[in-house]
Amino acid sequence: METGIHELTAGYALDALDPEERRAYEAHLSDCEQCREELTSFWQTTEALAVAASGPTPSPDLRDRVLAGAQAERQVVVPFESRRWSVRAVAAVAAVAAVVALGVGLWASDLSNELDETRAALERERATAAILVDPGARTVALQAGEGRLVVDPTGQAVLVLEGLDPAPAGKTYEMWIIEDDKPARAGLFAGRDGTDIVPLDGTVAEGNVVAVTVENEGGVDAPKSPPIVASEPV
Amino acid sequence: MGRIAYGLALRTLRDERFAEDAVQEGFLAVWRTAAAFRPERAKASTWILTLVHRRAVDLVRREERRRAEPLDDEVVARAGEAAEPTDEAAWLRFERERVQAALKQLPDVQREALELAYYGGFSQSELAERLGVPLGTIKSRMFAGLTRLRELLDENAQEGSWRPEFTS
Repeated sequence: METGIHELTAGYALDALDPEERRAYEAHLSDCEQCREELTSFWQTTEALAVAASGPTPSPDLRDRVLAGAQAERQVVVPFESRRWSVRAVAAVAAVAAVVALGVGLWASDLSNELDETRAALERERATAAILVDPGARTVALQAGEGRLVVDPTGQAVLVLEGLDPAPAGKTYEMWIIEDDKPARAGLFAGRDGTDIVPLDGTVAEGNVVAVTVENEGGVDAPKSPPIVASEPV
Repeated sequence: MGRIAYGLALRTLRDERFAEDAVQEGFLAVWRTAAAFRPERAKASTWILTLVHRRAVDLVRREERRRAEPLDDEVVARAGEAAEPTDEAAWLRFERERVQAALKQLPDVQREALELAYYGGFSQSELAERLGVPLGTIKSRMFAGLTRLRELLDENAQEGSWRPEFTS
């Protein structure tokens, strides 16, 4: 068995390869499913090493610099991409912007949840990012509310909402997938300051409308209040 | 995430200004490569930390800064001060203790290879030279060490109990 280059997976995950070997390993990686799986798994271990290094709280100034960088980058990316491709580029740019927002959320994210919750949250985050960066995903405008709906080719969808305040005490936001005027529950979220990026439970089909209402905590089986957010038909 | 990224960069670079630069540049790389991100390959948090770590390592190698000496007392003291009594601080402390306990169970030469590489920013060939052992030995130690650390952390996670108050 060829162990040489596979063994480099550990060095690569630790960023310990010399530049030439790093390049050789990256070339190998694109052809080797086994190494990609091993690397994904080792990255979880190096992430634990990273978490173990955490110490002082960074200065608020650093946060500002990082966010300013994200905004500057967004301005650079958008016109450039739009010139090159048309409709598909808009979806891609929306995805990039949404990933930026996701990253901004991550900057501030609090990893103190219980382990299971953390795992579940990371799984959701991963699924959400998968939809947002899917080149086949399309963006649907909202007829009410500010933001957009991103739907991948399999009908998995993510709502990206701007300017929604956190839900009032005792209340929650509830999402709905509406087919032929019949709303089906599509998940709850609390809302927060800044951009909300929320994956929907269930799949969205052609002609469906996605809506959000404010309901009592725990959610309800059928909407009891008028929607505050509604998409155009998908 | 910002705090973890900064802690990681500071651990490697041992200088607040350099650490801030590494975090800022690492996040810039995140924005720039967002479209190439493969969620099936890694979680977003892993991806961000990987990019920040790579920037920190590149910087430490370029600057040839003093590396891999024990963290000086001042930095450790500040880390202690910063540990406010929040859930996040408690979780981070717990994770830190869990990983350090796992690291302690590794054979010394494997732990040394992992720590000098990941926290010290030493490449495999630099380590071979510094430790006076063949490059192949360093590669094997790193592979064996990271594999064993992964097992230890997995076992440890399966035993449950993430809460600091449940650990003795």
